[in-house]
Amino acid sequence: MTITFVLLVNRQGQTRLAQYYEYLSIEERRALEGEIVRKCLARSDQQCSFVEHRNYKIIYRRYASLFFLVGVDGDENELAILEFIHCVVETLDRYFGNVCELDIMFHLEKAHFMLEEMVMNGCIVEINKQNILTPIQLMDKSSNPQFKLPLSSSTFSVF
Amino acid sequence: MGSQVGWGTSKEFTDIVKAIGEAKSKAEEERIVTAEIETLKKKIAEPDVPRKKMKEYIIRLVYVEMLGHDASFGYIHAVKMTHDDNLLLKKTGYLAVTLFLNEDHDLIILIVNTIQKDLRSDNYLVCCAALTAVCKLINEETIPAVLPQVVDLLQHPKELVKKKAVMALHRFYQRAPHTVSHLLPKFEKSVCDADPSVTSAALCALFDLITADPRPYKNMTGAFVNILKQVAERRLPKPYDYHGTPAPFIQIKLLKILALLGAGDKPMSDNMYNVLGDVIKKNDTHTNIGHAILYEAICTITSIYPHPKLLETAAEITSRFLKDNNHNLKYMGIDALGRVIKINPEFAEEHQLAVIDCLEDPDDTLKRKTLDLLYKMTRSSNVEVIVDRMIGYMRTINDSHNKTEIASRIIELAERFAPSNQWFIQTMNQVFELAGDLVPTKVAHDLMRLIAEGAGEEDEDADSQLRSSAVESYLQVLAEPKLPSILLQVICWVLGEYGIADGTYSAFDIIAKLCDVIEAHPADDAVKGYAVTAITKICAFEISAGKRVQLLPEYRAVVDELAASHSTDLQQRAYELMTFLDLPADVVATVMPMDASCEDIEIDKSLSFLSEIVETALANGARPYAPEHERMDLGGLGTLIPSTQNGPSSSLKFEAYERPVIPTPVLTPVQPTPLINEFEDQRDRRSLRTPHPSHSISIAPELDLINPESTRLRLDGVQRKWGRQTYSTQSSTTSADRDRSSNGAAGASDRGGSYAKDSGASQYESSRSTDRRKPVEISSEKQKLAASLFGGPSGSRVANTGNAVKPSRTAAHKSQVPRGGEKHQSSRSVPGSGRIADSDTSVPSSAPVPQAPPPDLLDLTDGETGHAAPLNDPFKLLEGLVDPQVGSSSATSAPPVKADVDLMSLYGPGQVISSGDGGSQPSGLTDMSGLPVSPLIGLTGVVVPNTQPGGPSVGKKGPSPQGSLQKDATARQAGVTPTVVNPDLFKDLLG
Repeated sequence: MTITFVLLVNRQGQTRLAQYYEYLSIEERRALEGEIVRKCLARSDQQCSFVEHRNYKIIYRRYASLFFLVGVDGDENELAILEFIHCVVETLDRYFGNVCELDIMFHLEKAHFMLEEMVMNGCIVEINKQNILTPIQLMDKSSNPQFKLPLSSSTFSVF
Repeated sequence: MGSQVGWGTSKEFTDIVKAIGEAKSKAEEERIVTAEIETLKKKIAEPDVPRKKMKEYIIRLVYVEMLGHDASFGYIHAVKMTHDDNLLLKKTGYLAVTLFLNEDHDLIILIVNTIQKDLRSDNYLVCCAALTAVCKLINEETIPAVLPQVVDLLQHPKELVKKKAVMALHRFYQRAPHTVSHLLPKFEKSVCDADPSVTSAALCALFDLITADPRPYKNMTGAFVNILKQVAERRLPKPYDYHGTPAPFIQIKLLKILALLGAGDKPMSDNMYNVLGDVIKKNDTHTNIGHAILYEAICTITSIYPHPKLLETAAEITSRFLKDNNHNLKYMGIDALGRVIKINPEFAEEHQLAVIDCLEDPDDTLKRKTLDLLYKMTRSSNVEVIVDRMIGYMRTINDSHNKTEIASRIIELAERFAPSNQWFIQTMNQVFELAGDLVPTKVAHDLMRLIAEGAGEEDEDADSQLRSSAVESYLQVLAEPKLPSILLQVICWVLGEYGIADGTYSAFDIIAKLCDVIEAHPADDAVKGYAVTAITKICAFEISAGKRVQLLPEYRAVVDELAASHSTDLQQRAYELMTFLDLPADVVATVMPMDASCEDIEIDKSLSFLSEIVETALANGARPYAPEHERMDLGGLGTLIPSTQNGPSSSLKFEAYERPVIPTPVLTPVQPTPLINEFEDQRDRRSLRTPHPSHSISIAPELDLINPESTRLRLDGVQRKWGRQTYSTQSSTTSADRDRSSNGAAGASDRGGSYAKDSGASQYESSRSTDRRKPVEISSEKQKLAASLFGGPSGSRVANTGNAVKPSRTAAHKSQVPRGGEKHQSSRSVPGSGRIADSDTSVPSSAPVPQAPPPDLLDLTDGETGHAAPLNDPFKLLEGLVDPQVGSSSATSAPPVKADVDLMSLYGPGQVISSGDGGSQPSGLTDMSGLPVSPLIGLTGVVVPNTQPGGPSVGKKGPSPQGSLQKDATARQAGVTPTVVNPDLFKDLLG
């Protein structure tokens, strides 16, 4: 009942965000990411959003060019994880406003902060967007009163 | 992206991120990152880097690692950044550290102090940052350093902090439960917190605790039910909703907890029925998240004590999932179906077609899930169809992890439910063909054993029929171009044992086939070994039958080539064969009795026949035998033991080696010295190297199964390293002599060859008896207990699934019995017709679909009637160890075994010899290296004289065996020339 990793990968198989909740060496991560992405990219939209790979079950969801992949172990409720991914995207979207791949790239740490609020010890602890974003926004304010969110044209939002 | 001001990004950072983002290929990305690493190495080390700049560097480091490169050169800067006063910088520092370091990294210790300070901070956001870091960075040793502060923070006025403090405690529990064992009530308190996010965090922790042991938390059932009720009734604030569903993840967590608490507990379950009904009723059935909760509710309903009404609802929802077009829902439906039919097997019938559809769906995930379901539903009535499906699926996949799993499941099902031995053999053949070397060797040995022992009943006819059909099918299989090594080994063994048993095939035919195998697989020593031994057996059977056997020149050439092989194991086998050809019929009949692989052999466990030699050696100044653990201290000897068990000796040795004690010259007629010299020689050289874990391990684990404390000498590793051993006259004299003394009878009248042969054989046999004896004892009981107790790997599974609640079991039986019987008959009606279960005919969509029959995993009777070969039988492991090739026979004729036989003694002499074979064997062949154990002792004395005087074949093809031996000896001489005898070793060999 735990999430073992959260990955954001684009269609070229380039990693855009990676958070592991169990330790894997760089080489292991690299190999794992390559294999998983290859598997998921090969699947059609009609097929299940779940893939089994080695000992992991991977639940993935595609938003425009970006794949969100969550690896879980054991008896996890796949549908719930699928919705969790959507919740992550909504949260990113609320923070960045029409979030796109570049937003995440330029503000990698912010995306990580949000994820840190949502998942701890591999468990989903928060989906209340207010609770997730408040500390980050407070921090933005305290660190930089002029902080403005970047605007971008290429969005992958589906809302 | 130019809108950033203040703490916004610099142009340099923007450029690099853009470059990475625009990289068109992995290779381009690689180039950018490699260049980036060089830049960062320089820049990050510059003095007085502005903090804001450093933050960018740190994030660039994160990129470097994320894209698969090492950024360890910058870790320390990330650690430094955690000290920063600016919250954003501090948090970035913590983030980088959590991404870079795992809990056991050396740098962690540098952060603990910062974390301690931050946990006491007035700024609650700093506390949060520190708590987040605590969850990822604190290891068992550092828990006490932060524990008091974390506990204090449980009382923090801010919910955010409280929540994170709970999660930190949860993490401590995950890492080291004992460190927080006194704090567990804190979770119970937190779960009742007014703030839903704190509750949610506490539920995560409680879920882990209850999974570990639900009993102490039974009294909290009411509280959980209450929370769930409130959540379902939308009492939580709006922001906790997700798409209109109230706090779905809290609901799911609670449902999971209730499932654990209510499992098999009626009073507890009684409290839950209402709320479960509410959850289902109040749920939105049009969203994914609603479905997720419904699915979880099904899981709970099927886990707790069953409630008919709720079960009905669960079944209804499952049907809805299965009928949906959405593949995700179908997937969940298949899973739910598996759960529902555990309790109500009749429910499956309704959904047969849906299941078949999913099974035939092109979507691999769905197909796999369906096979999972079928696997759980398997019983003897449907095993053929299901296994057939699985085999069909196996054909379509390449992923070896997946393949291994499916193969092991097929093997498990086949062993548990096989309707006939014939079917079992066919199935195993297919598994070997498809999964090849992914199949564990043990399965091959089980298969051989099954063929050897037959049904174990007093029905020799059936057994021999089985064997004939095995021979028949294997001869067909051999025609296929590419076969996995393991299947070839089985084939060779079966052909050797039973190829000519029923008279259908002549020895000539079989030998021709076996020679073809040898020639077709020049690189596979294991197969060649099995094949040549099979030829030996065929020849031996012919000779004992009084026929004159003469190998055709071309076959002779094949054998000669093997005799000159680099593998000493193959050499030995080839020499054995040649020897047999020249022996009188009565001797051969004694040494290689027909169909005697299950016979028992007496062994001399005290090795008393060696005591004379030991005494002589002691008298000549040899040191007494020292058991393995004492020898560990003795320098180079330690390296003989596989490195895993012998950590220290695998490290470098700095002191000079102890000067070996030179014993007084041994001039007895026994003359063991030359042999010893060789080992000494090998050992000396060996000790200069670190042991090779890859092969030094190979035999040990299996041997340990037999006798964990055995203090035998392990020369296997040595031999593998140092290859061939010369069959010098001296060494053979020694072994022959030893054999002579081994034979209790005076035997002076017997001359050399045949004599040694005899004793060799008796040892040979004896080596097998020990491993045979247990299976034999069991075989009668096996029929009764088979799958239930030893029932293969399924044993645990049965136990697992066994907690499925049983009330409707009788119903299951009612519905099953007729269909099961029917099915059985139809399959039995075509015995011996190749594949019994044909998917095309047996899965007509109109007929009652065989997949559907309700499973009853508790039904052990099936396992008993099935001819399952119990996988767990530890004694079967032995079979492979000593000699899978010789071993076999009908279980019926096996005489009882003496109880005092000691396995240990097997390995005494065995080790000596196994050092002489094995050469380049891969680790999978450990069973083979055990094989030639005693025969070597017996045969070498014979072989050499026989082959030396222009042995029948010298110089026909390939190098002459004698030449190769000489070359070998020369090569050996060119190495380290042994100058002294190691008295310890000497005793090891004899002790």
